[in-house]
Amino acid sequence: MENLTTQMAGVPLNHYIYLSAIIFTIGVIGVLTRRNAIVIFMSVELMLNAVNLLLTAFSVHSNDPSGQVFVFFIMALAAAEVAVGLAIIVMVYRNTKSIDINVLNRLKW
Amino acid sequence: MSTQVFYFVATLSIIFSLMVIFAKNPIHSVLYLILTFFTFTVHYVLLNAQFLAVVNFIVYMGAIMVLFLFVLMLLNLNKETEPSKSPLIKIVGVIAGGCLIVTLIGSLKAASISSPLILKNPGLGLVENLGKELFGPFLLPFELSSLLLLAAMVGAVLLSKRDEVEA
Repeated sequence: MENLTTQMAGVPLNHYIYLSAIIFTIGVIGVLTRRNAIVIFMSVELMLNAVNLLLTAFSVHSNDPSGQVFVFFIMALAAAEVAVGLAIIVMVYRNTKSIDINVLNRLKW
Repeated sequence: MSTQVFYFVATLSIIFSLMVIFAKNPIHSVLYLILTFFTFTVHYVLLNAQFLAVVNFIVYMGAIMVLFLFVLMLLNLNKETEPSKSPLIKIVGVIAGGCLIVTLIGSLKAASISSPLILKNPGLGLVENLGKELFGPFLLPFELSSLLLLAAMVGAVLLSKRDEVEA
């Protein structure tokens, strides 16, 4: 593993940014195009992970461990968010027998 | 050679994350999401962020994804009950996403930072280094995140409990 990581010097920082931007955009497209509440949740997870990867790459780039600590906090926050969100989805399913988010469109007003 | 490992794994993560949002069956979506997170773990290992790799593996793939799968099994969903948007909305969504990525990449081209990623300190992402950071300057946020998790646990139990008084 030491050999592998010392050889990793070749990848430009740009390519990490491109990768994260692409994954983030895929998450955005998932949120915009799906109606299943759980799949929308998974797209949000994709976006969070793209940000995590970018934070780690910048942390390595600027030789600062704070970025990786932020990633750790984001993971804790994602765990809390998923627990509460899935509980809400279960409750919505119990009341409406569906997890189609268009059932909830009256929440807009 | 190992830069090629990065490009290979990056391609895999893009393909798997596309499969997440385009799979018809929600169970397949969850399984592809687990594969995507596995490729992210490989990215962390390549960046020598070993603590994050382990946490990503255990917390994300182990705990959060099992929670997703559990809820999907609990709700008993399948392909027939899967709601789908009209094709117009899908096309508009994809176009909006395309505009976003074009904007992001265009602004990156203008910024033009392309210095190669060099690991200056090999012990940067190890537990020892991160622990010193976490229990030094970040001690208060660390303790607050434990409060956040406690509040989330109480909230999840409260929300998903059946209301027996009214029923």
